[in-house]
Order: sequence, then structure tokens, then C-alpha cells
Amino acid sequence: MSEIDLTPLKPAIESYIPLGRSGLLPALHAAQKIYGWLPQEVASEVAKSLRIPLAEVHGVIEFYSLFYNEQVGKKFIRVCTDPACALKGADRLLNDLCKHYDVEPGQTTGDLSLTIEQSPCLGLCELAPAVWTMDNGQSTIGDGTKEEYHPSSMVYGQIRELTSNCGEGTTTLAKYGEYSAYKKALKKNTEDVIAEIKASGLVGRGGAAFPTGVKWEGAAKADGSQKYVICNADESEPGTFKDRILLLDDPHLTIEGMCICAYAIGASKGYIYIRGEYPYIVPVLENALGEARTAGYLGEHFDIEIRVGAGAYICGEETALFESIEGKRGFPRVKPPFPTTNGLFDKPTVINNVETLCNVPLIISKGSAEYRKMGTEKSSGPKLFCVSGDVVKPGLYEIPFGVTLRDLLKMAGDIAGKKPLKAVLFGGAAGAFATTAHLDLKLTFEDLRVAGLPLGSGVVMVFDETRDIRNVLKRLGKFFAHESCGKCYPCQMGTQRQMEILNRVAKGDVLPDDFVRLEDVGWTMTDASLCGLGQTAASAVLSAMKLWPELFVEGQRLKVEDQKVSKVSKVSKTKPKTVKKVTKATATKSKKTTTKKK
Amino acid sequence: MTITLTIDGQEVIADQDKTLLEVAREIGKDIPTICYHEATTANALCRICVVEVEGQRVLQPACIVKVAAGMKVQTRSEKVIRSRKTILEMLDSTMDLSETPEIQNMMKDYNADPNRFPDAERRESDVKDDNPMYVRDYSKCLLCWRCVQVCAEDAQYTFAINFDGRGFETQIGTFFDKSIPETSCVLCGQCVAVCPTGALKPKREFLLEQGMSPQEISVLNTGRKQKSKVKDQRS
Repeated sequence: MSEIDLTPLKPAIESYIPLGRSGLLPALHAAQKIYGWLPQEVASEVAKSLRIPLAEVHGVIEFYSLFYNEQVGKKFIRVCTDPACALKGADRLLNDLCKHYDVEPGQTTGDLSLTIEQSPCLGLCELAPAVWTMDNGQSTIGDGTKEEYHPSSMVYGQIRELTSNCGEGTTTLAKYGEYSAYKKALKKNTEDVIAEIKASGLVGRGGAAFPTGVKWEGAAKADGSQKYVICNADESEPGTFKDRILLLDDPHLTIEGMCICAYAIGASKGYIYIRGEYPYIVPVLENALGEARTAGYLGEHFDIEIRVGAGAYICGEETALFESIEGKRGFPRVKPPFPTTNGLFDKPTVINNVETLCNVPLIISKGSAEYRKMGTEKSSGPKLFCVSGDVVKPGLYEIPFGVTLRDLLKMAGDIAGKKPLKAVLFGGAAGAFATTAHLDLKLTFEDLRVAGLPLGSGVVMVFDETRDIRNVLKRLGKFFAHESCGKCYPCQMGTQRQMEILNRVAKGDVLPDDFVRLEDVGWTMTDASLCGLGQTAASAVLSAMKLWPELFVEGQRLKVEDQKVSKVSKVSKTKPKTVKKVTKATATKSKKTTTKKK
Repeated sequence: MTITLTIDGQEVIADQDKTLLEVAREIGKDIPTICYHEATTANALCRICVVEVEGQRVLQPACIVKVAAGMKVQTRSEKVIRSRKTILEMLDSTMDLSETPEIQNMMKDYNADPNRFPDAERRESDVKDDNPMYVRDYSKCLLCWRCVQVCAEDAQYTFAINFDGRGFETQIGTFFDKSIPETSCVLCGQCVAVCPTGALKPKREFLLEQGMSPQEISVLNTGRKQKSKVKDQRS
């Protein structure tokens, strides 16, 4: 290997030096863009320039799965093998690609030209199977047959409030028009803006459903002259792709929402934290921010900076996201204190999901009374659902709260091949399963709560009767084991033990007492974990155990052999070795094999 | 200011600045702890000290949650016991607990089954003997973070160690796996002092355990040649 030339590094990271520790992730991204990976000399130079201890820089590189401390291929292909993509043949696609290039999943070719890796959900579920390729810094996405720079947006539903500008490429400011809601807000006093948001009944759309107005009020009333608005665009919940479409097609709606929030709470600085798997959105956002600056909406009183994640689902957790912006490992903090008083850099902070912020201009423009005409009394407004899996028309569906699951599925063309429905995974990996018994359920917070189903981030992942739920669970188990940050014991070890048991379940090779074992692990994570990731890591599993207890007890080996109905399980059964190896390779991450080879 | 709360049905008057752990221990309640140490910042990460607080959706870590007026706390509810027992069983299936009698006692207390998780992947590591002061055996590490904390802002500001990996694969590590003498470590020994499991051990103690006599050890300290001899003896 040739000596590493550090000359191009210095100008590339120069602008991040004044940021100090907070400049670490951008600097590492910039460095990796030059070298393709992060060699020791480069990491060391970044550490010195930003005045961060070497061990801390190492800890950060090790934490984020898109940072590599060993050499990887010039071209990098990531194939999503999470449930929605698995239904559309992701395993076969991965195997075909590996065979074609003569490389194992998680490995790099001998000439360092290519690395192929399994990936957690890429947020392209409606386009499944999803493949994300980085070739010499150029990102493309595709399904194994075609490649594009931007994913196309498939937007449907009954209403077009949040998605009025979605589905036809990026909306420029000229087309978007002036920030009329922001202008209207500026004419009101800040208390009235917050009162309007409170009156609208808007609750967070990222999954936790916390009342947005209450959050804003908390930050507005908090002491301190420096406050922050953060847009959480770290959309990583398997099955979720709504924020990708909102940001790509209509970035100004989110920016306007942030401007209104900044005015209401008195923030001078904002961040959009976008997941590292959406690099193609970054230039779109940069351009939109530029337009907003030229138009005078951003700049003097309030401005927004983009931060790009680096492969960590946990950074969607609000306090882990703060840590990440601060240049640290994405460990969630203990709460309280809450972000409204002690958020980013320990300052009062409002952090809202993209879809939540997109509701804000709508509420201010229409007025809360008019806004509340959409939806039900307890669940007001429009809602986006990410419909994927076995439906004729997967895509983003905008409907008012209160439409039934049956009607939503009808809009999506019902089950492909007219097969009967087996299950719907609601809310994503951290969600729960519904069955045909739930078809007439109204999609509202209150109705879903009664049914024990979380609305989460709006995931509706559909499985037809031929699908093997055990295969889905195995993938969810792997997802959480890969994404646990490792801070608290219940989740750090529980996600690993859960994955191991689910692997046995998927093979029909259940040990005596695995049912109770899985329950104990699940409830311990649910009850005792530090953050929302661990607290929901067993949610889908526990719901499946209630619905299909027979899958988790001994004697399943016979059943697997007898039935042989599931296409998916057949695929994985023909290549059990590879699949297992992959699981391991991604869980340990290739870079760690280097660092841990002692 | 004092407030009144209820712990396991017992009314307690306590200083409102105190944590649940402090107050419970004052009245003789046994709440187990693993990661907690008076000298380090409490991170509430082992979750073994969780208790059930009425009105809270999830269990609360007693080491950091402050007492509050009217709080109703259960320190050994069914939920609490299941969580503690399962955490202990998972620990035993993950790491070498042979030098942690406190945790072994906890396991007895909670009826935890050391073989609860058959076929479980363990977190294993070779013994790292790379400096004159201490030996690192991360097979015994339960990731309490104390060593990283005292090496950083909790005491020494040396920043020699941090983390490798994440999730179950997390381990304490140095910059690109450098040996301790190649790091900023000043051999202050504070990490060894706060390690609860014998994962960090004074070199001398380690050598004595390997069967070396004090005399052999003092000879060892004078030359390189003997050092390789020690390795032979160990293997």
C-alpha cells in the first residue's frame, strides 16, 4: 500500500476546525470522501486538527457503520435485506451479485475494486428490493436492474396536503412560492403561534406522538439566549420512507416549518440531521437552503446547517442525535433533563420529525380550526403512511386520520396476486403485527392504542398468506442487534440473545423453554432499557408471540419441512450458510475484524 | 427540603436532592448496583438498580432518579425481579464472572440460572499484557464504563481508552488498537482501581496468580529476556 498523502486532507477539513468536537462527523465524512476509508494517519490528522483525543476519534469511527477503518472497495454495493426488501427477493439479489463479482457478502474483492454488504433498511421500501451503490463518491440507487441518482416518489392517497408538491421531482422555491405561512406567523406574537400549534392537536410524527405545541412551549419558556431547532431526518425505521420523499420533493415545506418554529421559540440556529443513507438528498437541501437565504428567509435571524449521519439507527433517538451533532458516539442520554431545557449543547432545543415540521406551515396557513377538520377529534390532520410489501401499489399514502386499514389497503390495490392477507406490520421494526381481525380498525392514535398497535412512523408493511412470519422476525432480530448502541445492558445483550433465539425459531429448531426465554428477554428490554430503541426492540416479537404462539415452541422443525409454502423461507433455506455468515459479518462489521484481530 | 414518599409501602421522609438509591439504602433496602460508583458520573446503564415507580411507563434506575413528593416506589416487584434476573442471566452468558463474587451473590439472590442461555455467543478477548503496570482481560469486562470515565473527564483527562464497536460487540479499546505504551496513558492506575470485575488487574497481582514468586517478579522487572520466559510459563 502506498504512503498516505495528507495534503488534500487539510483544505477539506479546514472549515470544520472552528467547530471543534462538533466538526468531527463532517470532517470524517470529508476525509473518507478523499481516501475511500479512514486510515490511521488520516484519523490522527483529523484528531489533531480538531483537537480531539485520538481514542475518542477512534470510538466515533467504530460506532458508525458507514465509517471504515480498513480499506474497502472503490465501489460499494449495499443490498437491503430487511423485511420489505426480503419479500421482493433481496436475498437472491444479494447472492446473485456476490456470485457475479465472486465475493462474499461483507467482503471486499482482492483488487479493492468492490465491496458488497448487506444493509439495514435503506428507506426505499416501496422500490424493493433496494440497492444503494457508491462508486467513487457517486451515489446511485436501484433494484438490481436499473440505477438512478434519485429514487422516484410514488405518492397516492385521498388528500394532498403534506404531499401537494410531491411526486414530480424537487419543488424549487419559484414553484413553492413565498413562505406565506412564515410571513403570517411573523405578524403574530410568538405565544399566539405556539397557541395555534397547540390548538391544532398536532403530535409528533416520528413515532413518539408527543404534542408538538407543548414541546415548543417548553423550549420557548426555558431560560437561555441560545436555543436550537432540529429537524430529525434520520429516518431509519425499517419500512419508513416518508421523510425521504418530503425532503427530496418539497424541501421548502420542512424549511418553512423550521423557520416558524425558530421564531416561536426564539432559536437562531437550526440543524437538519439527515441519515447517511440519503446522500442524494443533501445537495437538494443545500440548494433549497441557498434559495431560502437569497429570498431572505434564512440568514440574519435564523440559519440552518445540514448534518449527515453515518449509519446508526439509534441517532434517530433525539438525545443520541444531539450527541452525534456534538461529534460523539450516538449514545442516548438519560432523561430527564429533557431536550426542551437541556438539548443540543445542553441548550433548550426543539427537535421535530420532518413530517411534523411539514404540518406546521399548513396549520398556520389554514388556522388550527380549519386544520382540525381533517382527521378525528383526538387525531387531527393528515397522516402519511408508508405502504410496502405484498400490495399492488406500494408507496406513500396521504390520508386524513380515521380511514380504515381495509380502505388504505384497497387504495394500494389490495394484496398482490389476490392472495389472502396474513399480517400487517404496523409502525416498523419497533411496531406490532395486525391481522385480518384488524381490517376495520380506524387508523387513528386512539383506535390503534385500544388495539394495542403503535402508529409509530406510519409503517404499513403487508404480508400475504404465503409468507413465513418467522423469517420476518429473524430479520427484525438482526436489525436490532446490529443497531443497539451497546450502552444499557438490557438492550446491548438482549438484542443479541433475541436475535439468537429468533434464528432458532426461523429454522424451526426451537430449544425447550425458548418461548419463556424470548419473553423474558423481550420484557426485560421493554421494561428496563434506557431509551426507546431497547424499549421497543421486542415489540413486534412479543406481538407475534401472542398471535402465533405455536411458532415459538418445540416441534416446529417438522412444520417447516411439511409446509414448504413460503417462497421467502425457501430462498433462505437454500443458502443457510451464506445467510448466517452475512448476519455475523454485518453484526460484527468488517472493520472490527481488523481492529480486533489481535 | 424534605419530602415524603413511599418505598415498598413504607412512608419515608427524605431530602429531595437525594436519589432513590441513596434513600432506599438509608432505610436498609437492598437495591443491587453494578455500574454505579460513587466516584464516577452515574450513567444508569447496567439497569440492575431499576425499581417500579407508580405512574411511570418503564422501570426507573434508582441510581439517578431523584426522590419526589408522593412517589410510590416498589423495589422488588415482579417486573423488577424479572428484569434483574434476566440481566444477570444475560451477563453470565456473555462474560467471565469468575472474579465478581458480588454478581455471583446477586445471581443467587435472584435465583438466576447461569445456564439460562444455551448456545449464546460470548464476548471473548485475549489477555492484553502490553505494559508494566496492568493487564487487560476484556473477557471479564462488563462494560460499566468506569475505566473510560476516569481516564477522561471523571478524573485523569488522559483519554487513552474509548470504545471499539457498538451493541453486543462493544469493547474497551485504544486508538486503532495501539498498545498502552503507545497511547496517552500515564499509568495512573485509576482505571484498575475502579474496575469491578478483574478485567483490569495490576500486573504484579496477575503474575502472582500465574504462579510466579515475588522474587521472580522483581527479576522480571529488570530485563527483557525474562519477559518472554513469563509468557512461556503462562502458556
